[in-house]
Amino acid sequence: MSEPLQPVIVGAGPAGIRAAERLVRAGLRPIVLDEGQRAGGQIYRRPLIEDGRSYRSRYGSEAGKAQRLHETFEALLPEIDYQPETLVWNISAPKRGNQLDILSSGVHRQIGFSQLILCTGATDRVLPFPGWTTPGVYTLGASQTALKAQGCTIGDRVVFMGSGPLLYLVAWQYMKAGARVEAVLDTAPVTSKRHLLSLAVHAPRIVALGLFYGLQLQLAGVRIRCGVRPEAVLGQGQVEGLRFRRRTLKGDVVETIACDALAYGFALRPETQLADLAGCRFRFNERDRVWLPERDTMGRTSRPDVYVAGDGSGIAGADAAEISGELAAAALLQDMGQRSADTTRLMEARDAILRQRDILERAFPFPDDWIETVPDETMLCRCEEITIAEGRRAIANGSVTEINRLKALSRVGMGRCQGRMCSAAAAELLSAACGTSAGAVGRLRAQAPVKPIPLGFGASAETETRS
Amino acid sequence: MSRRVSVDVAIIGGGLVGSSAALAMRKAGLSVTLLDKGHCGAQASGVNFGGVRRQGRPPEQLPLSQRSHRIWPQLKAIIGIDAEYVRSGHLKLARTEKDFAKLEAYAETTRDYGLGLELVAGAALTERYPWLSAKAVGASLCPEDGHANPRLVAPAFARAAERAGVTVLEQTPVREVTATGNGFVILAGDGIEIRCRQLVNSAGAWSDRFAAQFGEVVPLTRIYPSMVVTEPLPLCLPVSMGEQGGSFYGRQVARGNYVMGGGRGLPLGDPDYSRPSVTAASSVMQRAIALFPHLAHAQVIRFWSGTEAEMPDGNPVIGPSETTSGLFHAFGFCGAGFQTAPAVGEVLAELVTEGRSTTPIDAFSIGRFRKVAVETAALL
Amino acid sequence: MSMHAQFRRRYRLDETPVPFTLNGVLETGRRGDTVLTAILSVSGRLRQSEFTGEDRAGFCLIGACQDCYVMLANGSRVRACSTALLPGMAFITDLDAMAGAAHE
Repeated sequence: MSEPLQPVIVGAGPAGIRAAERLVRAGLRPIVLDEGQRAGGQIYRRPLIEDGRSYRSRYGSEAGKAQRLHETFEALLPEIDYQPETLVWNISAPKRGNQLDILSSGVHRQIGFSQLILCTGATDRVLPFPGWTTPGVYTLGASQTALKAQGCTIGDRVVFMGSGPLLYLVAWQYMKAGARVEAVLDTAPVTSKRHLLSLAVHAPRIVALGLFYGLQLQLAGVRIRCGVRPEAVLGQGQVEGLRFRRRTLKGDVVETIACDALAYGFALRPETQLADLAGCRFRFNERDRVWLPERDTMGRTSRPDVYVAGDGSGIAGADAAEISGELAAAALLQDMGQRSADTTRLMEARDAILRQRDILERAFPFPDDWIETVPDETMLCRCEEITIAEGRRAIANGSVTEINRLKALSRVGMGRCQGRMCSAAAAELLSAACGTSAGAVGRLRAQAPVKPIPLGFGASAETETRS
Repeated sequence: MSRRVSVDVAIIGGGLVGSSAALAMRKAGLSVTLLDKGHCGAQASGVNFGGVRRQGRPPEQLPLSQRSHRIWPQLKAIIGIDAEYVRSGHLKLARTEKDFAKLEAYAETTRDYGLGLELVAGAALTERYPWLSAKAVGASLCPEDGHANPRLVAPAFARAAERAGVTVLEQTPVREVTATGNGFVILAGDGIEIRCRQLVNSAGAWSDRFAAQFGEVVPLTRIYPSMVVTEPLPLCLPVSMGEQGGSFYGRQVARGNYVMGGGRGLPLGDPDYSRPSVTAASSVMQRAIALFPHLAHAQVIRFWSGTEAEMPDGNPVIGPSETTSGLFHAFGFCGAGFQTAPAVGEVLAELVTEGRSTTPIDAFSIGRFRKVAVETAALL
Repeated sequence: MSMHAQFRRRYRLDETPVPFTLNGVLETGRRGDTVLTAILSVSGRLRQSEFTGEDRAGFCLIGACQDCYVMLANGSRVRACSTALLPGMAFITDLDAMAGAAHE
């Protein structure tokens, strides 16, 4: 292979698109790999075909940003090597060459890179509770994706549960789309809302929107509850209702609401598997209870040729993702010796957003008491169908203190999703059993392939460089 | 000094060999400490294919292997779990006539060891195993060989040893070990001092360092398996499979995943860690599709690798040190130690308590590398 | 097998129909549907789990949870949320119904 290697960007969401834009402006021609059919990521996800909906209809208050991002990408197309529907499932380790293993149209290929910018985004973060695998239960993000990209609602009479601004936004969007919003169940206690006062100072727009959605929902007669903890989904084989409890001044009150769909989630979790396979060092982030690749203020990792940006490097939202994508590209250019434009303004804008995230986390805290009340028979790992009880038995029998050991002995995290849906819960379970903090039980190590690949993946790869 | 431990026997390396030895010695009434630099069973014992197999071993390994064959069915009684052990049968394929001739020769050579090998050829092969594509000339079946879950066995032995009274010290790397004339002193972990009368070196791929400290240089090399695991699939493969030549092996576990391997993986920057080579994994995947047409639509959900130790002649080192009284070695199982390890544990207990093994182990003496070591020293 | 349709269409109601079969029965999706949308707009399940046999109908809709694999009549499977619906696709989400149909 005598062709010079190019920088590769993994992920064509807000971070990846702004990173590509920055590199193109500097005269480079990056390769942009994206798993989806159309670029845009998740927040600015586009439908498979044009369906006549306006940007305002699809993206609401973020319509302007979405349109600018998509137009930027379309304009970049002639300047980049864009490969959609391409899964990056492995990265060669440091000192073993710069190769990505990809899957495209069912065939395995390898792509070399001069530098790598990982913009792999995030998924919803969930915790299990009885009935969470029932057909009709979806993540909060999923309920929004269904409406945004497919023009569907996940049901007709929907309950929304969880914590964060997305909760009220999606409920309101569903109401506007013609679904019946049976309830909005906020797991944050009423008292945590006081933090929104300080958020109003730093990010008045977010608070105004949130209040607007909340008010509109209330005016429409939607039940809104705070301090909620789910107890069980009702219904066999389909959602028929949700039983939950909430803290009131008089103690815990249990309520049941009939519905045919439930959307829930507790903020997001970053997709860091490729950074792990690339050999990046990780550090535990206490506030988000998650392991993140170590990065400097611009997105450099511990591996000199690998940069990270966007939610995949730490949850901070779409606006921060755009900025961090540009910063990561700027870092790459600096490291190539190119004189780069001043990034101070970008960093200040990003820091302002990060301060808002701190406040948001206090206003919508993670339900860290989940482990205390989740029933033993609840399914913990939905892929392998391992219950909380089986997890507890494995911990006790094996004197387990470390999460990869828990996986080896209990099978939690061994299924197709490789722990995406259960690792937050597994860490909470294990740390509670050991009496330690979530960060003390270790990090679930990524294994290739990061998503399932066909056993018969067609033409084999060219010979891998071995040193 | 944060802690002092004084025992009859210290065992360095809590893999399957070390942990089964610890349990066996404890049952014989000795006080025992089992040390591991990480979690017991996380290395070769936990990352091998999981074959519990006698067929294919060189004849000198068969007495040990047959002894182990009698222990495996008793796992539930010994360690509390059966670790998914099943006597599925081991079917070894021959891709060519030459390979089949080798299988026939092996069956002949090992006739007196009671493996019960059955040779199956041509049409009879696909008649008996209709899920197998007609890509093999013939095969040799060992009906009582089988497989188990390697992740579960060694940890369970370590826990059983602990319940029996063995002091198990995990996350406790050995920093220094010296012979005192009537025993050994080990400095390990955070200031732990262990005094013992006898010492077992079952430190897997790290055993050569300890052997060298006692003047015994061995040509141990590290090997890394390349393993591929599919999603759970409908049960179809009733036997554990291998191929003459060793380039492919596969089994289907009770939960439905196919576990398959072949070729070698690659170490990372830190040679204690490794990853399958994509080339090796691709070959395994292609071979699987060729052998098992019903897997045409299956998906692979993870690869794994790990660190095993190999000796150049394909046999392990088992037996007393040649330089130091009270020191015993058991390492270098060439990726095939899973099945024999429980018997090796018992043998080590015999060596420690009675000074001799009731199962022949002369072929595994560390002395066979003495000449090599001398030659190496002469070259330096 | 649940006959209730889980998803509700709010847009693309007049979009080009795309025929497909579900457990041998002819159904209609819309151009622009993913396989998941098409199937769940007329039914309530995509597959049964391997170990408990419980019904599943997807979860994350963005290709992360790997819970929405659907079997095609030719034995292959697709991740329903990230696969576009094409005319003539034949899905099997109820093995019993298919076995019953095979006897007719």
